[in-house]
Amino acid sequence: MKQLKWLSYPYIFWMILFIIVPLILVFIFSFTTGDIRLNGDFQFSIENFQRFFDPLYLKVLGKSVNLALKSTIICLLLGYPMAMIISRENIKKRNVMILLFVVPMWMNFLLRTYAWMTLLGKNGVLNFLIKKLGFTPLNFIYNDNAVLLGMVYNFLPFMVLPIYSVLIKMDRSLIEAAEDLGANKVKVFLKIIFPLSLPGVVSGFTMVFMPALSTFVISRLLGGGQYMLIGNLIEQQFLWTGDWHFGSAISIIMMAFILIGMAITSKFDKEKEGGGLW
Amino acid sequence: MEKNLIIDLKNIYKEYDGVEVLKNINFYIRKNEFLTLLGPSGCGKTTTLRIIGGFERPTSGELIFEGKDIINVPPYERQINTVFQKYALFPHMNVFENVAFGLKIKKLPKDEIKNKVINMLKMVNLEGFENRSIESLSGGQQQRVAIARALVNEPKVLLLDEPLGALDLKLRKEMQLELKNMQKRVGITFIYVTHDQEEALTMSDTIVVMDKGEIQQIGTPVDIYNEPKNAFVARFIGESNIIDGIMHEDYVVEFAGKVFDCVDSGFERDEEVQVVIRPEDLNIVDAKDGMIKGRVTSITFKGVHYEMLVESKEFQWKVHSTIMKPVDTEIGLTVIPDNIHIMKKVIEN
Repeated sequence: MKQLKWLSYPYIFWMILFIIVPLILVFIFSFTTGDIRLNGDFQFSIENFQRFFDPLYLKVLGKSVNLALKSTIICLLLGYPMAMIISRENIKKRNVMILLFVVPMWMNFLLRTYAWMTLLGKNGVLNFLIKKLGFTPLNFIYNDNAVLLGMVYNFLPFMVLPIYSVLIKMDRSLIEAAEDLGANKVKVFLKIIFPLSLPGVVSGFTMVFMPALSTFVISRLLGGGQYMLIGNLIEQQFLWTGDWHFGSAISIIMMAFILIGMAITSKFDKEKEGGGLW
Repeated sequence: MEKNLIIDLKNIYKEYDGVEVLKNINFYIRKNEFLTLLGPSGCGKTTTLRIIGGFERPTSGELIFEGKDIINVPPYERQINTVFQKYALFPHMNVFENVAFGLKIKKLPKDEIKNKVINMLKMVNLEGFENRSIESLSGGQQQRVAIARALVNEPKVLLLDEPLGALDLKLRKEMQLELKNMQKRVGITFIYVTHDQEEALTMSDTIVVMDKGEIQQIGTPVDIYNEPKNAFVARFIGESNIIDGIMHEDYVVEFAGKVFDCVDSGFERDEEVQVVIRPEDLNIVDAKDGMIKGRVTSITFKGVHYEMLVESKEFQWKVHSTIMKPVDTEIGLTVIPDNIHIMKKVIEN
């Protein structure tokens, strides 16, 4: 094993170059001010963070967290029963169902979101049908609900798959044992299945919450050009305004929120594992 | 109907995707009985147990529990508890919570739950283990928790699905005695599934021998050992010499070219039968005094006794004896009438 250690060097090099270094740069940028084109003009400052506490930006953050939480909860409510249904089928049906879930993920993320635009748009497929039926067209796109729909659609598999993989490994005899001891279906779920599937729920939660909080594509395409989430705000700072310092600061804040979210969920998980649900 | 009956299986038939797993199983269990379902793996014993527990539905048949058919009663409404093969203890709960599970579901008062659980843990020798996590327990301890978790609900019937399968030999023997004692003390009907014939003989009041989804024989351990109904039972319960013979008339049988007195009757005149003689029932004598004469061809030391293979003209006999005769010795064998067991001849396919 020792001799093969060098095999990991390219990977470590890659990680340092494209993950560690950029993270350090983002960190440095967030705590400095000055023009990036002028060498040596960097000054330590917490101005970027102070700037973020403007109600204008806080509102964007609030909206982002709110939408990310909502979409995560909707994904959980839709995904958990789905994962349960799939895990109870026989192996043939199971594989087909999992395939159906995974196939859309083989397609480009942007394309899938564009597809929703053509469905929901003013002259889109849905409104075309509505007009054909003689009703007035509705506004489906460019609002919170469209963005929410886009998030749920895109991130649902990330909720279903981890829960599914925990459920499929669950020992069926535990469920039988609980039934044997007098627990009906509801109690079996509440006291055995759900507590034991929490690790899957937690990883599903983080896997949906993180990309939902940082997305800027879904909000751009389905929310419209003026729609502003924290991801769009960061994008704007880097690509249009050119204020890398402020953009980095917002990124750090967003990362902090994601880390807090993960810490809360993992703590929640551990407590339940240790003590049961009673 | 017998008044002591607690469970009665009537024509239980089960198939999975067209494969017959149980073919018309009929037997009954008395109150406070220790009944064992014994058979090789795939014989349908576990399926039978799961039908009684409510985890499987038979394709047809009746399951009478205290006079009522309970086929449609879900497991959580049956007064039956199970000790599962791999214990199926809840990994997210400690020992106390595992044992208390059934009582909490029944919403008993907290004090009562605590008392019952503590008493039950005392009974299975796990005092002071209340707060231990399941994974910190040894196999034998987990086994006791599983038994305590089932027994604390005071079921009318306890089902045990090869509960000692995962334990080492010494622990297994200890647990066999312990289980048997426990059953006597609590006065609960036990239905026990195993493939280990010795375990079945040690613990049971009644043994149901099963093979290929059918009951081969029902009886007390002594009956089953001494009077196996067919070659399968004879081979499965201990080792046997099984040889073809002819029943000339009541109490007279011919095999190995000799006519023997025996204690069986009720066969047709000159009916073809199979004769079972246990290896320990063959006595070694001098060649001239033996009913059967043969030559020792192999010898194996088995601890308590020697196992010898004795080649006679008609048959190769397996003999267990504390007397050792070297290979190639010519010896004689005798057997007393009591130890000759006659079975109807079945054409085996």
